This record gives sequence, C-alpha cells and structure tokens, in this order.
Amino acid sequence: MIHLEKRPTPSPLWSYLTPLIAVVATMIAGGLMFALLGKDPVVAIRTIFWDPIFGEFAFYYRGQLLVKAGPLILIAIGLSLGFRAGIWNIGAEGQYIMGAVFGAAVGLAFYPMEARWLVFPLMILGGALGGFLWAMIPGILRTRFNTNEILVSLLLVYVAEQILASMSLGLLRNPDGAGFPGSRNLRQYESAANNELIAGWGMHWGVVAAFIAVIFAYIMLSRHVMGFNVRLTGESPRAAKFAGVNPNRLILFCLGTSGALAGLAGLFEVAGPAGQISIDFNVGYGFTAIIVAFLGRLHPIGILLAGLLMALTYIGGEAAQASLGLPAAAIQAFQGMLLFFLLAFDVFTNFRLRLGREIST
Amino acid sequence: MKKRTLLAGVAATALASMSFAGSHGDGPVKVGFVYVGPIGDGGWTYEHHQGLLAVEEAFGDKVETVYQESVPEGADAERAMTQMALQGADLIFTTSFGYMDPTINVAAKFPDVKFEHATGYKRADNVSTYSARFYEGRAVQGHIAGKMTKTNKIGYIASFPIPEVIRGINSAYLHAKKVNPDVEMNVVWVFTWFDPAKEADAAKALIDNGVDVVLQHTDSTAPQAAAAEAGVISFGQASDMAEFGPTPRVSSIIDNWAPYYIARTQAVLDGTWESVDTWDGISTGMVEIGEITEAVPADVKAEAEALRDAIGAGEYHPFTGPINKQDGSVWLADGETASDGDLAGMGFYVEGIVGDIPN
Repeated sequence: MIHLEKRPTPSPLWSYLTPLIAVVATMIAGGLMFALLGKDPVVAIRTIFWDPIFGEFAFYYRGQLLVKAGPLILIAIGLSLGFRAGIWNIGAEGQYIMGAVFGAAVGLAFYPMEARWLVFPLMILGGALGGFLWAMIPGILRTRFNTNEILVSLLLVYVAEQILASMSLGLLRNPDGAGFPGSRNLRQYESAANNELIAGWGMHWGVVAAFIAVIFAYIMLSRHVMGFNVRLTGESPRAAKFAGVNPNRLILFCLGTSGALAGLAGLFEVAGPAGQISIDFNVGYGFTAIIVAFLGRLHPIGILLAGLLMALTYIGGEAAQASLGLPAAAIQAFQGMLLFFLLAFDVFTNFRLRLGREIST
Repeated sequence: MKKRTLLAGVAATALASMSFAGSHGDGPVKVGFVYVGPIGDGGWTYEHHQGLLAVEEAFGDKVETVYQESVPEGADAERAMTQMALQGADLIFTTSFGYMDPTINVAAKFPDVKFEHATGYKRADNVSTYSARFYEGRAVQGHIAGKMTKTNKIGYIASFPIPEVIRGINSAYLHAKKVNPDVEMNVVWVFTWFDPAKEADAAKALIDNGVDVVLQHTDSTAPQAAAAEAGVISFGQASDMAEFGPTPRVSSIIDNWAPYYIARTQAVLDGTWESVDTWDGISTGMVEIGEITEAVPADVKAEAEALRDAIGAGEYHPFTGPINKQDGSVWLADGETASDGDLAGMGFYVEGIVGDIPN
C-alpha cells in the first residue's frame, strides 16, 4: 500500500527539485506524444530545448527568448508579491492592455514631435499608471466592499479587451491607415520607439525593466519590511495582524505593484515588438505569467529562470511546428504538461510518500 | 555610443549574410505559409492550407512546403516569418490582415525572400499583396437570403470592422434589399476570426432575435451548427462547409487560393516573380459560389446563378448606383460603379442598415 503523509514543514529540497523533475517528466511524456504523432521524439525535444539556444540560428533565437521572456518575468514578479500574501490578481492581462493603451496614447499625443528625452519617459509613466489604475479597481472594491479580487480582476480583462478594440477602431486609430483598425506604428516614431538596444540581441527596455524588477523584488523580499509583511501575511495572517500589518494597505500595495508592472510590460511591448495598438494586441502574457510565477516558486530568481524556460517552450515549440510539421495543439499540450507535472510533483513538497500500511490513529 | 553602433553593424551584417545563406540556387523552392487559425478550422485557414496542398501536388519534389498555424498577429508573427526565412524559405505567404506590418518588417531584413501578404495594402519590392473580391460572392448570398427569409430579418456575424468585412455586409444587404424591400439586417460584431464558442453565441443571439438567415464572416463552422439546431438557413464561409448541406447551409463562398499560389510559386521557380497587387473575384475563380442546394427553390437558384455569371462576366458590378450612404448622402449616382479605391477603404454602411460600425 502506498499512502501520503503530511510533512510537518514543506520540504525545501523538494520545492527546489519539483520544477526540475517536472521539466524532465514533461520531456518524457511530451516525447511519447511526439512519437505517437509520428515524429522522432529526440529530434523534437532537441528542436524545442536545444536548438533555440545552441543551434544554427541561435543568434536570432537567443534575442527572441529575451523578447518573449521579458514581459512574462516583469508581470510574474508583480504577481508573485500578491500571491505570496494570498492576494490573487488574476487580471494581469487586463492591466497589461491598459498599460499599453495609456502608454501608447501618451506617445501618440506627442506625434510627430521629436523629443525622445521627454516622450519616452512619459510613456513609461503612462504605462505604469494605466496598469496601476486598472488594478486599483479590484483593489479598492476589495478593501471598501470586500468583493473578491479574483473575480473582479479577471472580469476586468474582458472589459480591457473591449476598450482595446474601441481604441484601435476609434480614438487611437491611425489617421493615415486607410480606414483599417490599429494605431500608428510606434516603432516608426523615433521618440516613442522601444527598439532593441543592440540590434539583433532582443534586449529592449522592457527586458531591462524585467531584470531590474527581479533585483528589486529580491531585495525587498529579503531585506525590506514591506517584503517581510508580504511574506508574513501569506504564511500567517493572524501573526501579521498582531505585528501591526494593515491588511488593506497591503492589498492595495500588492495589486498596485503588480498592476503597474503589468502595465509597464504592456507599454514596452506596444512600443517595441508589437509596435502598435491593434484589436488583438494581447496574446495572453498576463495569464501565462501566472504559470511562470508558480513555476518559479514565487521567488524572484526562480521567476527569472521560469520565464526564460517558458519562453523557450514557445520559441522552440514554434520552431518545431515549422521545421517538423508538429501541430500547434501538440505544442500547447506540451506546455500544459509542464504545469500539470509541476503541480503533481508539488505534492511531495508537502507530503511524504510512505510504503506499507497506514498507521491508524 | 560608438561601440554600440559598431556592434549594431556587426549584428546587421550577420543578419544580412544569413539572408544570402537562406536563398539557395538549386534544390527545391521552399514555400512557407503563416496561418492565423488552425488548419482544421473548416474555413479561412483550411482553404489556404488546401492551397498549400495544391502547390505540393502541382510541383512535387520541386517544392518543399512549411507552415505554422494559429500564429498570433504581432510580434509572434514576425518571429514565425523570420524563422521560415532563416530556414531557407524562398517564398512566404502570410495569410491574415494583421500580419501586414510584421511582413513588411521581416521582408526588409530578407531582401532575397519573396513575401505575399493576403488582404493588406502595404507593398515593397519583395512584398506582394493579394486578396479576393469576396463582396461579389456576398451579392449572390444576399440575393438568396432576401428571397429565402420569412421573418425579413437577416443576421450577419461580423469579425472586425475593417473595409473587407464592411464591404461584405453592404453587398449582402444591397442585394437582399433589391429582391425584398422589407428586409432588415442585424449585424453582430464578435471581434475574432476564429472562436467557435463566440460565433455560436452570436448565431444564437441573432436567431433569438427572429433572424432566419445567418451569414457569417468568421472562420469556424459553429454558426452552421447553431443554425442547424434552430432550423434556419446559413451560408458556408471561406470554405464550402458542404457537410452542413442541404440545410442549414444552402450555398457558400469558397476562397480558392490554389491557382494563385501555384502561379506565384511558378514565378519564383522561373525567376519572374515581381511585386504585384492582385484582387481577383468570380471571374478568375478566386471566389467561387458553392453549390446551391435543393432547399432553395429552383427559380431563386436560377436567379442567383445568373447573378453569379453576370458578375463573373463583368456585365454587372455589385456596387452600381444609385447607392446612398447610411447618413443619406449620395455615394454613387445612378449607373455609376464603385472604384477599387473606394471599395478598398470602405468604412461606412449603405443606406438602410441600422446600427453603427463600432469604433
């Protein structure tokens, strides 16, 4: 007989091991799936995990890894603060959209003035503000009326999508676009463009911001009293109360920070890789970042690695589609397996596997 | 600063040199396709994929094809195209409007690779555009819809308010109105090309509203299923969707890209490829009218086929005046036909359609 026994405290060893085991298990199960689809599993796994970093075209893919990982890390860092304190912002996708809309609107308002020193910093502020304000809606509703921030933040994603569509068709539409939806291309507007800092490297200001966020989050969580409050509230809300943590302020802080970071990610994306506000500007970074946050154990360094890994499965997955003819759904299933195995093996962090008969109490 | 420009120069050279490495003299011509939906959508992407298969069939081992499906429009599309170009594609078809800027960006980096962008308006020396005059097919659908409706309410599931979609709505409405002056057009905007759940909801909402003919400008077959359940009629979109005949699907617009894809691949093989802007309709077969089923009375069927043939022969233009805009101002005088420029940028409803184009 096999049974699970709860550990007195979560095992630190397992909490580090599970992501690695999950990756290995995903490779095995995914390889099996690829084999069933009639593809060589070794080649497929190599195409996904190896070629983007070390293969023939790695000089291009490495940069793309940063482009893809940047927004994921930036958003996930913000989310992880709230998740640690038990505050669930599920609507980062909406805050990401609003950041992009606000930031792009600021940039477009100045068009065609050439003043990068003024326009770009203002756009960054606008982006952060857009995400922050959008996250304040569930925040204030929670602190004032005790509504559920999970539902409110999630539903506001759909509102944000409608606003995005309206902006691309109306207020922010490119007046020279022959009636087609979508704003001017910000990448072609020198003062607003968030181009690669070094051509071909993929490193743009959003990636820089992601790295800075990782460092700040690390310092905050390990050294600053606010980080202590966040961790304390997550681990023991009662103790936090006795320690004088104001729960409402903490809620607003966590939601506001994650909103602002998601907004920044949106701004850097719209001014850089995406280039313009369009109806389907958002492609799910805000939701994928939730996976990244958990895959990274809500730890800043872990999130950094998890963001890069997630980006790798996207980039490699696309490469496998084009070069091996794998269907898109197989790649999505592959990514799903990663989360599935992570959650499955996570059991061992809190439980111990015991062989033999359960001792009845 | 200097160091940065130097590095940028190195990277640019690397990118340029690989574009040369990408194009190979002998060996098969590599043709890439970037799809916005899954190849099994049964509509838009399915038909483009049929085009890919036709290219394979026509050229055998003289070509090699690659494709990537469900590619989001934006930064991801740019990567998908770059990837194909890096892996040696000679000709890349990007098959959604939203791929326009990414196509232009990637094409600038790979001057030796030919690009073909569907339904857009930006061209370059190595970027062609192509589209089909779907509005010609919509005229035939509108005619059948106007004759078939008993509630005098026609529903239209529209994707995005871009000129292509608005043209279709106007064309269908004008021809329904022509045969049935009492007809009303209800438009629902779903803001997606492919989302079976949303499309089905839109169809149900229209049907609940008394609509008994459903037209769609989205790519899945979900509205067909909803129409079948409710016992109303519908039209196949982009693909024949014949499996839903004889009802609810009474006819369809088929996008037949195969001849175009074969011709363009041939041009690359011959070395005669040039940047062009193609906009073909029923006359060249790029737009086909799927079989009109027995659910449609014989006389209506004959009229619809006559309309199709007149458009195909160039005897009749679906936008022939007098036509007023929704606000009552004159668009086309009596006997005047719409210019391609007007059609390409169409951003208004014609007189009689109720409601606003969302913005």
